Amino acid sequence: MSALDPAASSPLALDARATLGAARRSVAVRDRLFVALLLVLTSIGLIVLAALLIDTGIDGFPKISADFLTSFPSAFPAKAGIESALVGTLWLMAVVAAVIVPLGVATALYLEEYADHLKWWNRVVEVNIQNLAAVPSIVYGILGLAFIVRGPLGLGRTVLAGGLTLSLVVLPVVIVTAREAIRAVPPSIKEGALALGCTQWQAIWKQLLPASIPGIATGVILSLSRAIGETAPLILVGAATFVAFNPTGLDSAFTALPLQIFSWISQPKEEFQALAAAAIVVLLVVLIMLNAVAIWLRNRYQKRW
Amino acid sequence: MLPTTPSGATMVTDVSPPDPEREAAAAQAAPGVVVADAPKPDVGAPAVIDHAIAEPVFETQGLSVHYAGKPAVLDVSLRVAQRQITAFIGPSGCGKSTILRCFDRMNDLIPVAKVGGKVLYHGLDLYGDGIDAVQVRKRIGMVFQKPNPFPKSIYDNIAFGPKVLGIKGDMDEMVETALVRASLWDDVKDRLKDNAFGMSGGQQQRLCIARALATSPDVLLMDEPCSALDPISTGRIEDLMHQLKETVSIVIVTHNMQQAARVSDRTAFFIVDLSAGEDSRIGRLVEYGPTQRIFTTPHDQRTEDYVSGKFG
Amino acid sequence: MEASSTSVREVAPSAEQVLGAAQRHIGEKLIRVVLTLAAGVTILVTLGIIASLVGETLAFFQDEAVTVKEFLTGDTWTPLFSEPEFGIRPLVQGTLIISLIGLAVAIPLGLGTAIYLSEYAPRRVRQTVKPTLELLAGVPTVVFGYFALTFFTPKVLGDLAGLDVSVFNGLAGGIIVGIMIVPTIASVAEDAMTAVPQGLREGAYGVGASRRQVSTRVVFPAALSGIVAAIVLGASRAVGETMIVLIAAGQVPTTSLDPTGPMETMTAFIGATGKGDVPTGSTGYKAIFAVGFTLFVMTLLINAVAIRFVRRYRQVYE
Repeated sequence: MSALDPAASSPLALDARATLGAARRSVAVRDRLFVALLLVLTSIGLIVLAALLIDTGIDGFPKISADFLTSFPSAFPAKAGIESALVGTLWLMAVVAAVIVPLGVATALYLEEYADHLKWWNRVVEVNIQNLAAVPSIVYGILGLAFIVRGPLGLGRTVLAGGLTLSLVVLPVVIVTAREAIRAVPPSIKEGALALGCTQWQAIWKQLLPASIPGIATGVILSLSRAIGETAPLILVGAATFVAFNPTGLDSAFTALPLQIFSWISQPKEEFQALAAAAIVVLLVVLIMLNAVAIWLRNRYQKRW
Repeated sequence: MLPTTPSGATMVTDVSPPDPEREAAAAQAAPGVVVADAPKPDVGAPAVIDHAIAEPVFETQGLSVHYAGKPAVLDVSLRVAQRQITAFIGPSGCGKSTILRCFDRMNDLIPVAKVGGKVLYHGLDLYGDGIDAVQVRKRIGMVFQKPNPFPKSIYDNIAFGPKVLGIKGDMDEMVETALVRASLWDDVKDRLKDNAFGMSGGQQQRLCIARALATSPDVLLMDEPCSALDPISTGRIEDLMHQLKETVSIVIVTHNMQQAARVSDRTAFFIVDLSAGEDSRIGRLVEYGPTQRIFTTPHDQRTEDYVSGKFG
Repeated sequence: MEASSTSVREVAPSAEQVLGAAQRHIGEKLIRVVLTLAAGVTILVTLGIIASLVGETLAFFQDEAVTVKEFLTGDTWTPLFSEPEFGIRPLVQGTLIISLIGLAVAIPLGLGTAIYLSEYAPRRVRQTVKPTLELLAGVPTVVFGYFALTFFTPKVLGDLAGLDVSVFNGLAGGIIVGIMIVPTIASVAEDAMTAVPQGLREGAYGVGASRRQVSTRVVFPAALSGIVAAIVLGASRAVGETMIVLIAAGQVPTTSLDPTGPMETMTAFIGATGKGDVPTGSTGYKAIFAVGFTLFVMTLLINAVAIRFVRRYRQVYE
């Protein structure tokens, strides 16, 4: 064979192949170990998620029934249900949406269309929003307790107070996503409207905003799905005793899904743990549905400018 | 006395005949020296005022634009004639679009831009006290380099202007008239409710022209309207411009000399003046007159160099 | 001045004759005011937070006759006792221990995931893993708390690892907090690594480096400030986390360093105390604010660091 293949038999070629092959081999081992390590690390997060879902599912699923969804909490686990928590959550989300949409969009419009970014106070506003996004949600609970439940607004532990507090928690997120949605609309659209003789607001209201609504809607839905799961602020701002009725108005006491879950977890009796798991399953289903709507919206209306 | 600008560019009026003596003197003069001319019929103020233009739709007097204090365009004085097509040509960066945007106060949208000098529209100073930019833009239409239809139906694109500006009338008729004038009606009459984005580039640009026409402006400003289009669409729009000029005065900025030669009645040639230093690029008006003259027997050597392709 | 005698315009037409009446656009000005006020609400919120926290914290120090030094360095926290002690160190320690455990878990997991997704994962894997991570990021923390208490402590720590842990313990709290912040660290770090220009990688591959070497010696260092930003952001979330620790870590403020026992964090204290109907102005009420203020300052500092890093990494490539 070597007689037929002169290149292969030359000492230099053999030498090169031997050394190259050798170097490659030890490095290759380390390479493969590295990939394995990365795969393990990546999988652990996913495995924990799976464990969480499976465990909660196993604990909670048996307890879910029409009765569960339509009964009120009770001292007797067999009779307890989450109706007041579900309805309370809906009320809260209605308040949150009603607050964050006008406030968030207005602030985003101000920052994108009206604010002179060279002025220092506008930069303060922007940095401030970034900071607010990073404040722990329980601090918003403290703020709510001091100023909304008691203090100047003095609304008491009501749906309105709870909704307002939650709105503050997610407001920075809405502002940031609304800004991005507005910025994504090409400026030539607004320029075309202005060249026709529109005022600034006419151009915004009739062209810019309508074009950015899908992006804004996606942001609002994602903010709501964050607000739904927030427990800590509600602990400080919500009812101290357990609530076994649906809210009767903005000024009524309330409970919410995460609050009810927390309350049941804190009970020593083991049956309540199972109830908590069931409520968790309901909460997760609601969240998945909300996120699916947001993703659908984003895909359907994603404009290619 | 024929005025010159500090950089030595000579201003030529439409009235003065080509004067070889004067040109020789100009060639020998050092920059900054005023070249005296033979006495001319009353030329008037330090600007190019075209006596052949009796009632201009626009007249600029010493128009200048500064961006954040740095001059971008200096000392432009000319008159734009009614119901004619006036072209602005010149190498890139000479400020043609900047000047165009002064005519409908679109430079207001740029915070660091400052407009100096005067821009008269039918004798009225557009930048005077008490003039509302919004009103200005209702009367003066603009078409942009890249077609920018609204993300709505064809019908709603056209109807937007009249609706928002409160123009009363039969909307269907107004839409049809605008589309006919823009030579687009036959293409779209059966699909008025379709989204404007579904059209080709050339059609979108004609839609933008129709949209601008729907508010019945008396001037149409066109900023390189065909530069993003293919030659066939370009040809259609140039034909369109010939028809439109019977009712609408048109000012077109174009980097395509041949287009200016084909389409316009008068041409203004601008250059970039780099003499003030490394960083300074100042747009200046070199020559302005009937297109025929600009392209065949221009007065200024720089004009001749540009139109014969010696620099671009 | 306009000496063109051939065409004389006697009187320049008025603006109204030519353009139409100028409107005073009062509506426009009003809208601008409204929008500015809306933006002002965000400033109000921050002022409110600071005002409420500072106000009651001052009252706390005055009324309870505590000095700042005692507050910050004292090692017993029993504010609700008849003879209260107000040393916040156990709470701060609890917060720090749990956050550190959390970071010890989240940094390898998060960065490993980020490197894998950015440098190794084939497109289809990336397309499934990224949304799954976003799913993990959306799980409410109360659910993590439940998982920590009912599954992780008894089954994983107790049965699987055979550790002798109490029902409420800092280890479970810390680890689950870590799992919670993995998506944060992973996605910010992954963004930073994806932003590294392909040219840098190609240069290294061209010299004969393996993918591992390119990832660790070229991409990772290039994206370092973004990665640090990711970690700091994760740390900030860990420090501010309430529900997991409130449910699973316990409510016993202690200076013991043993994570197998219960410990209380600042957030857990606030949550536990605020749950009941604390009367305004009571000791418990004021303590909530004092601890809240300390927490707020801590997270503000951590976030200032994070923003500084984020800004630096953004500038390099944009």
